[in-house]
Amino acid sequence: MPAGRRQDALYWCGVLLVAGWGLVQLAPILWMISTSLKPLREVFALPIQWVPRPPQWANYPEAWNHFPFARYFANSFIVSASVTVLNVLLAGMAGYSLAKYRYFGQRALFIAVLSTLMLPIEVLMVPTFLIVKSLGWLNTYQGLVIPVVADAFGIFLMRQYLLSLPDSLVEAARIDGAGELGTYFRIVVPLSWPAVLTLAIFTWRETWDAFVWPFIIITDDSLRTVPIGLQRFQEQYVTTYNSVMAISTVAMIPMVLLFFFFQRAFIRGIALSGLKE
Amino acid sequence: MAEIRLAHVSKRYGQAVALRDVTLVVRHGELLALLGPSGCGKTTALQIIAGFLVPDEGEVWAGDRLISSPRAVLPPERRRMSLVFQSYALWPHMTVFQNIAFGLELRRLPRDEIARRVAWILEVVNLGGLGNRYPHELSGGQQQRVALARALVVQPDTLLLDEPLSNLDAHLREQMRFEIRRIHTETGITTVYVTHDQAEAMVIADRIAVMNAGRIEQVGTPPEIYDAPQSHFVASFIGQANCLPGTLVGPALVRCGGLQLRAADCRAFRPGDDVVLCVRPPAVRVRRTAGAAAGDNLTVGRLVQRAYLGDLEDLRIALPGGVVVRAFVPAGQRYEPGEELLVELPADACRLVRP
Repeated sequence: MPAGRRQDALYWCGVLLVAGWGLVQLAPILWMISTSLKPLREVFALPIQWVPRPPQWANYPEAWNHFPFARYFANSFIVSASVTVLNVLLAGMAGYSLAKYRYFGQRALFIAVLSTLMLPIEVLMVPTFLIVKSLGWLNTYQGLVIPVVADAFGIFLMRQYLLSLPDSLVEAARIDGAGELGTYFRIVVPLSWPAVLTLAIFTWRETWDAFVWPFIIITDDSLRTVPIGLQRFQEQYVTTYNSVMAISTVAMIPMVLLFFFFQRAFIRGIALSGLKE
Repeated sequence: MAEIRLAHVSKRYGQAVALRDVTLVVRHGELLALLGPSGCGKTTALQIIAGFLVPDEGEVWAGDRLISSPRAVLPPERRRMSLVFQSYALWPHMTVFQNIAFGLELRRLPRDEIARRVAWILEVVNLGGLGNRYPHELSGGQQQRVALARALVVQPDTLLLDEPLSNLDAHLREQMRFEIRRIHTETGITTVYVTHDQAEAMVIADRIAVMNAGRIEQVGTPPEIYDAPQSHFVASFIGQANCLPGTLVGPALVRCGGLQLRAADCRAFRPGDDVVLCVRPPAVRVRRTAGAAAGDNLTVGRLVQRAYLGDLEDLRIALPGGVVVRAFVPAGQRYEPGEELLVELPADACRLVRP
């Protein structure tokens, strides 16, 4: 086979492979949307009917009004936004300090931060719960937000990115008269925009989908987040999966929009901070 | 008053010594070049003056203000200094105007005053009309000028330049040497200029401090450094020099291998001292042996190698005792390798320096 045709064949094999993998990834989402439009009795019908006939659009308002989901979504927004802003702020500053400053115990501190990545949530759950309880934060927003705002992954991500930022860009701001915070917010943050946005997306997604921690500390219905609200559809004898999927589909929309918007900002950030020393 | 004074400054990185007991005065309004090879400590000295590094020993003074010592360091932003980095360090997310205006905004100047000053400095560095461009839209030379403008616009007491021309091509580098000199003459700001390029230092500086292995070897005006080097290192680093190790055997008389040569001045040495006799290649006189006459510092050598330099020829001539000297002679003499030549090392061009 001539080299050109062999390259073409390889290219199309690659396209097929990627498309196949894309379909595998997409299948659960399609199934979720499909199920959200089915009557309950058809949810587990085999063979799977991917396009429900007729689509049950009424599932959406029904699920939405069955429990106070407007409230749950508002809670999820408040918690996710707070955790994202605080995590980006704290992890960014901690990462900056670990990447650009030299001080006693810095390496030990970094290793200590990294080592917390090895601890699974099951190990941390009980002590964290006891601390939060002793602070009187059960069934509060601060109980949902504060324990998760500083995580080692964010610090690690920001530190690694900021290591690639030339020191001279920071030093130039310092000698021009900028203080610590001025240098950080006016020079470092705009130049680490891709890392900031990546961390923001990761943090938002993780908090938006978080189940275990909110489930442990929230019993007050007015403070439920969406994942905890979804759990209310699970009753003793029946789970209305079509309603669960309808709300899950709605819950996915902010994530999709966020990713769509941030992706453009992300690319622009990379283009603007094309760093080279 | 912006005189900068380093007093017995030392700096180590682990076992490696970057600066050893450096004492240096940069006079008010002068442009002093710190010149030396890579790793000689010149950038460390600049970083200590800027306040980014803390000296292990010694003090740095700006006028009557102690700005650095092992116990206390005035932060860089409070030193009234500006620094032009080797990489220019322009912030890529800001336009030329924003880059230059940054320091003025921090000083809370009125908006129209900032615009006026930025416009003025852009004219000084010949970049009028480029305020809205981003750094990646500029050439290397233009970026260098923006870096210079950003450093100058805040009207610092002291300007520090860290190899600012090393990223430019040879032609632009040469042009920018004169440009920097012109701007210094116009502004009169006390300036410390770090470079490893001796030609650059000669063109730009009022005085040069030659550094080697963390020490200052010699400080002086460019002619002083070139014409009267005080050490073997300075003689060989600044321009080309024939450096012949030898021993002082009498008043101004040196034995170098099989040769006995007379030098210009030997007041700094005593008979029996080890010395190095330096003579610049352009000072070495060469002619054919026909009609040769005996005389001081005159010997016969054999031409080993010849290189054409355009208006000059670079000759390498082996003298008795195995010593090889270089001589620059006008082109067109048609000397051939292997030919015997009469070589004169004029006594008034032979300087004795420390080994």
